[in-house]
Amino acid sequence: MAKLTFKTDNCKGCGLCVDACPKNILQLSPDKINKKGHHPAELTDEAACIGCASCAIMCPDCVIKVER
Amino acid sequence: MVVFDKPHSLNEMSMHYCPGCTHGIIHRLVAEVMDELGIEGRTIGVAPVGCSVMAYNYFNCDMIEAAHGRAPAVATGVKRADPENHVVFTYQGDGDLASIGMAETVHAAARNENITVIFVNNAIYGMTGGQMAPTSLPGQVTQTSPYGRDVNHCGYPIKVCEMLSQLDGPEYLERVTVNSVKAVRNAKKAIKKAFQNQLDGKGFSLVEVVSSCPTNWGLTPQQALKWIDEKMIPYYPLGVYKDRSAGEDK
Ligand SMILES: Cc1ncc(C[n+]2csc(CCOP(=O)(O)OP(=O)(O)O)c2C)c(N)n1
Ligand code: SF4
Ligand code: SF4
Ligand code: SF4
Ligand SMILES: [Mg+2]
Repeated sequence: MAKLTFKTDNCKGCGLCVDACPKNILQLSPDKINKKGHHPAELTDEAACIGCASCAIMCPDCVIKVER
Repeated sequence: MVVFDKPHSLNEMSMHYCPGCTHGIIHRLVAEVMDELGIEGRTIGVAPVGCSVMAYNYFNCDMIEAAHGRAPAVATGVKRADPENHVVFTYQGDGDLASIGMAETVHAAARNENITVIFVNNAIYGMTGGQMAPTSLPGQVTQTSPYGRDVNHCGYPIKVCEMLSQLDGPEYLERVTVNSVKAVRNAKKAIKKAFQNQLDGKGFSLVEVVSSCPTNWGLTPQQALKWIDEKMIPYYPLGVYKDRSAGEDK
């Protein structure tokens, strides 16, 4: 099973990871706001993650760590 | 098993770039290549003037900040001071490399200086608020071309890889982009080759990375990646423009 870890406070809410995910299981949190003042990216369905790292590859800020 | 994490050659600092700016992806690729080649400890980077002026804050290797456009000249000195041990790269925007620094760029290429140049082409002066660059597209609206770049008045954009490929000097010139997962993977291959060439003593290796500037293009980060495909790539075709050792010349 894949495991994602987010450095939430480094996230700038750009959404590039959201668009890159082939499983459509990322979103910008509608209710959380991080230290930078952005809505950070979060996983909506942990079990569906295939650990492909597409999200992490497109993230300009190295927010996402992917383990499999 | 970790399949993806921040490379060691980047430190923990949060980068100052705008949300979704692809400067961050390009920094990471350079750092991943340093990690993979095991050269962090002997690499010296030269930062430009432009949005990446503070690149020295983010890389774990030694860094120097050059005067505007002079990074290839500074890199030349650093490389020649200890050619066996120093691995030297410059990281430059299009205003830095193709405008004020064009002379340094061309002559470093002509001398086949054994350095690696990462050229970030976002068709605009990002840092100063979005003025027209030598690489801004015909018709492109910028702060200094509010009706779109008029080529009759401002001339045509400079295609750096094509231009340098006319010189006998340079070893390797390739244009890549970072607007999709596939493109990022390909960009990394090119950057790795540009560093490997230096380790092999082959000479001047430049990778032009077509990059986004969502802020000054007036687009969302996602729209900016599409704009690269729709507007930038047709004018700046991707590919290898010179690979002397492989006998390739476009
Ligand atoms: C000698 C000098 N002239 C002009 C400037 C103003 N200036 C700062 S950055 C820049 C251009 C930046 O554009 P680019 O190199 O494309 O980098 P970007 O910000 O787009 O990454 C200019 C003209 C300066 N700092 N120094
Ligand atoms: S690792 Fe792949 S599947 Fe999982 S969230 Fe990232 S892009 Fe989606
Ligand atoms: S790509 Fe990175 S910075 Fe952008 S929203 Fe996703 S995690 Fe945040
Ligand atoms: S101004 Fe443009 S190039 Fe500079 S950090 Fe912002 S998006 Fe990136
Ligand atoms: Mg620029």
